[in-house]
Amino acid sequence: MAETSQLIQHIESFVDSSHSPGQQAASLEAIASLLKNDQLTIETLVREMEGYLTTTDNIIRARGILLLGEVLVHLASKPLDDAPIHSLIGFFMDRLADWRALRGALVGCLALMRRKSSGGMVSGNDAKAVAESYLQNLQVQSLGQYERKLCFELLESLLERYPNAVASLGDNLIYGICEAVDGEKDPHCLMLTFHIIEVLSRLFPDPCGPLASFAHDLFEILGCYFPIHFTHPKVEDANVKRDDLAKALMLAFSSTPLFEPFAIPLLLEKLSSSLPSAKVDSLRYLSDCTVKYGVDRMAKHGEAIWSSLKDAVFTSVDSVLSFNPESLEGLDLPENEIAAEALSLLQKLIVQNTKMFLDLIVGDEDIKMIFNMISSYETYHEIPPQSKQRLHAVGRILSTSAKASTLSCNRVFECFFSQLMNILGLSVRNSSGHPSSDEGILISKRCNHGALYLSIELLSACRDLVASSETIPAASAHTEETWKYLLQNFSPSLTMAFCSAFICTSEDTHNADMYFGVKGLLILATFPGGYFLIPKTVFERILVTFVSIVNVDYSNTLLWKLALKALVQIGLFIERYHESEKELSYLGIVVERIVSLASVDDFSMPFTLRVEALLEIGTSGQSYMLKVVQGLEGTIYANLSKVHGSTNSAEIVTQLLKCYSNKVIPWICCAKGLEDVLLHFAINIWNQIENSMVFHATQTKERGVLDVMMKAMKLAVASCSVEKQNIIVQKSYSILSSSTSFPLKELFLQEGFQIAQVVDDSSIRDEWILSLFAAVIIAVHPRTHIPNIRPMLYLFMITLLKGNVAAAQALGSMVNKLGSGGQTSSDCTLEEAMDIILNSSLWIFHNDRSPDIQAKMTVVHDISCTSLQIHAIVGLAWIGKGLLMRGHEKVKDMTMIFLQCLQPSGVADISHQEKSVSENSYELDLHHSVMKSAADAFQILMGDSELCLNRDFHAVIRPLYKQRFFSTMMPLLQSLVMKSEPLSRPFLFRASAHIIMDTPLIVVLSDTKKIIPMLLDGLSALSNDILDKDVIYGLLLVLSGILMDKNGQKAVSDSAHTIVNCLIDLIQYPHMMLVRETAIQCLVAVSGLSHARIYPMRMQVLRAIIKALDDPKRAVRQEAVRCRQAWASIASRSLHS
Amino acid sequence: MTLGLINANPVVHAKKERVARTEDPHGDDAVDPLEIYDFVRDIRDPEHPYSLEQLSVLSEESITVDEKLGRILITFTPTIQHCSMATVIGLCLRVKLKECFPPHFKVDIKVAPGSHADEKSVNKQLNDKERVAAALENPNLRQLVDECLYSNEL
Repeated sequence: MAETSQLIQHIESFVDSSHSPGQQAASLEAIASLLKNDQLTIETLVREMEGYLTTTDNIIRARGILLLGEVLVHLASKPLDDAPIHSLIGFFMDRLADWRALRGALVGCLALMRRKSSGGMVSGNDAKAVAESYLQNLQVQSLGQYERKLCFELLESLLERYPNAVASLGDNLIYGICEAVDGEKDPHCLMLTFHIIEVLSRLFPDPCGPLASFAHDLFEILGCYFPIHFTHPKVEDANVKRDDLAKALMLAFSSTPLFEPFAIPLLLEKLSSSLPSAKVDSLRYLSDCTVKYGVDRMAKHGEAIWSSLKDAVFTSVDSVLSFNPESLEGLDLPENEIAAEALSLLQKLIVQNTKMFLDLIVGDEDIKMIFNMISSYETYHEIPPQSKQRLHAVGRILSTSAKASTLSCNRVFECFFSQLMNILGLSVRNSSGHPSSDEGILISKRCNHGALYLSIELLSACRDLVASSETIPAASAHTEETWKYLLQNFSPSLTMAFCSAFICTSEDTHNADMYFGVKGLLILATFPGGYFLIPKTVFERILVTFVSIVNVDYSNTLLWKLALKALVQIGLFIERYHESEKELSYLGIVVERIVSLASVDDFSMPFTLRVEALLEIGTSGQSYMLKVVQGLEGTIYANLSKVHGSTNSAEIVTQLLKCYSNKVIPWICCAKGLEDVLLHFAINIWNQIENSMVFHATQTKERGVLDVMMKAMKLAVASCSVEKQNIIVQKSYSILSSSTSFPLKELFLQEGFQIAQVVDDSSIRDEWILSLFAAVIIAVHPRTHIPNIRPMLYLFMITLLKGNVAAAQALGSMVNKLGSGGQTSSDCTLEEAMDIILNSSLWIFHNDRSPDIQAKMTVVHDISCTSLQIHAIVGLAWIGKGLLMRGHEKVKDMTMIFLQCLQPSGVADISHQEKSVSENSYELDLHHSVMKSAADAFQILMGDSELCLNRDFHAVIRPLYKQRFFSTMMPLLQSLVMKSEPLSRPFLFRASAHIIMDTPLIVVLSDTKKIIPMLLDGLSALSNDILDKDVIYGLLLVLSGILMDKNGQKAVSDSAHTIVNCLIDLIQYPHMMLVRETAIQCLVAVSGLSHARIYPMRMQVLRAIIKALDDPKRAVRQEAVRCRQAWASIASRSLHS
Repeated sequence: MTLGLINANPVVHAKKERVARTEDPHGDDAVDPLEIYDFVRDIRDPEHPYSLEQLSVLSEESITVDEKLGRILITFTPTIQHCSMATVIGLCLRVKLKECFPPHFKVDIKVAPGSHADEKSVNKQLNDKERVAAALENPNLRQLVDECLYSNEL
């Protein structure tokens, strides 16, 4: 009983229109879940609701019926018996006549109609009855939008789910549908109506059936929607787009051939419209209709379609060809939608009715006229633009027709190809492909460009045809096909014609000559099917021609580029179609010759072009790249041994190594499976180093060689797998220990300065080897095994004191990766390594023995104490970076050393010992450079380096390490600045500036309030020294980042005054234009702060900015005008905003 | 009197494409006519929602500048001979240039010879410091000038 009263309550709350929609939906849910859980049966519900369903109160009845309908929607997947379904559908069907309560009836009918067969469906008879009631009772167009939509959905599901039941209604149904859809305007409903008509047409496919008599009426209703013009502004309809509507209408148009007498004339009429979208739509619809209406029906419209289509192509094709190397493969005309649709229609028409349309094309007067026209102009440039457009149109039409099918290709070749050959003055040579006696003589007169263009279009079309067909012609049995016969006969002479296009014309060569020539040859060379269509001699002649252009004609940029591009295309083509015969010729003729370019000592051809040619050819295929790489490496090794003697060799090695690391290594990494190449490269370089005993790395050029070699080595090693890295490390270690004078074994047994002496005796060659070894260590993976770590550490530490940065970076990499790769057999843990480093007597700053050792070191190294200190600081910075990145706490010890150096007292400890050595007047300067390098150590610590310790070189990187360092260091530095002396203050600012600059902006933003005073003080403290200009710029960028951010603006609002003062000073910054520009941009950003804060500064800023209007740099002046405008308008916002 | 437009149907020309200057950090960045033209080309005509560039009142060639002496000469061509807006256009140019260049530049503004019926007096009025100052004191005129300079209509 309680359930019943609850049910009544729910029903009551749904029916009562005073309840909110939310409450109504909730009660609907409640009832539906009762039914789903079988706590309530449909019969009970209907019985309970009887009063609501039959009352004479229109509103309550409507709500009641709607409730029942909606409940059924919720029960879509619950199985129901046939009996209730039958009585329910009977009820709803009946209610269709009740126009006051229609929505509920429609919802109910629809819910029942859409039921899946598994859960009980409406029977066929019932469906027919619904349709009858629908046709009898509903005046669809007099209803509101939502009801109309429901009506159409009901009709749609009737047609789709009960086709046989409703089909028996015949004429009545069609008439009813016509009536229902006539005049519909809502886009959602239109989507449905178009679909209904499409389904309806499928229902009555019989050409003499009931639809035939209604076809005209139905099409009249449909036709007025074409072309769809739809600019619905409302957002809620955004889910129906114009294209969706156009597509739906197209399907309705093409749904039955019965529409043909009405549709085709309409489409042709609209095709002649000037509206581009109408044209495109017409062409698309025509394509679709062509396929669906069939040959017979389309045949009678053939001529009309052809003439409209021709007009469309003739007027829409672009009149400018591009002669860029990029357009060699692909389209040389910009894509035009109308032309593209028209040509795709033409292709469909030809496929459907080849004979008729080719007759039309062959007999066409316009095309004949173009053929007459081209013979009257010699060169492409003489042809007037309008004729050019027509020429291109004819080219596209012929190419499309040839592409359509083999049959049409034959016909087109028969009619037009020989005609073109006549214009070009080419005759049939012997078909065997052997050069006859006069073939050596080039055709001396310039070839007709128009004819060349058309032949290229034809050739490329039949190449595409061959490429797309499954069976590549292999047997000569196919020769009866005309085009192949013609092609075989003409290919040698055509080749000559194309060659002569860019060779024989001497003084007035046009781009067109070269482009047509190269493109023609390229197409001939890329015919699939081995040497069947294009004889071997012809193919090889083409390759030789291109290669000789690449070798000789480098002064003609366009031709050179075109030829190279063509060679690449041919290479790609051979790869794609696995043309093994052609590959041999290609390897022999092209790859060998091009690879030999690398080593030839003839310097007439610019080196950059040679490298470009090499790489381009290499990228066209893996096997070619391997050859190219071999050639490159060969040249590198050959020149490497000569480096010390000739600057020329040094230059070549530098160039090639650069190219190797920038282009080849990335390519190999992408190609996969070619790691061995890199391994061999690295090993071979080591072999070369081992074998050649002489190196003079002192000259700057040769220094450059070492740098690029280190880079290439790093990249090569980094791209190898761990096993291969192990091999390389072993190899390099053995060379390091065997062929240098470093006493690796007993190194760590000696005192620091003694080793230093040994190291100092080392030759320049030793230094090369050590640097290269450092490069290997920098790039290896954490899991790679490094032998004898302890002596390594000593060796690197000593060499870094001599100023070898690579050694410092290698040390940084070692401590960064040590022990983190999961290797257990390591002979030295990170803690041991750190102990060695920190306790080492090399570090002059922090233990008591330092003065003593330092003095000895100074003597041994024969360098000043200052540079020793600086080198030590740089070394410590790189080691610190390695620790910082892995998040090791020992980095604190390092930073403490730097901070000590930044304070005069810290350096003083060292310097008072120094007084005996150096003169007093010299002392201040010494301090400065040491302190500066200590400040710059923070840049090394925080900055991202390309040289080492990055992701590419497998560094161990802890997330957010910069953020952590920033938040620990900044308070420390702030307190140091507070109590610092004037001497050290700029350096403390410099150090903190480095940290601020390299921290991600988002972190700085969260801490803006604390950072801003430091940042501003830094800006004013550093603005005097020209050496600090980059730091100033970096800080300004951070400031502008803060000012641009919403939260940043809030945070700086209080200090607006200080910021403005600081920025005004920087407007006049003499050392760097970017600083002035950015300062002014920051001022513009400040003008966006709250009015009350900035108004008092207005006059001050305007006075200052006037000076910037006179700045020597234009960019600054322009920013100044903008800034002035922004600040001037603060006073009169109403006017300028 | 009917308050019609003075030139009801002006000829509108296409805007010239703006070529970005090539970045040359060490180049000579002296003030040149193009820089001045870039400042003034987008001033709106007092009558029509077109820029002075579109109405061909100004061109790059009509501007000369001598940076050493600090002189700028702008010659503009009113769209019709009897254009009473010529003085307003001139005033706009003067205000704009005053905003964009430091005070030591002397700006001369003239109508092109033969382009205006009352050429002499217009030129005199445009280069008279006191009359310019007085004109800018006039709130109506000031508002018209500001609308031309900061209009978003273009």
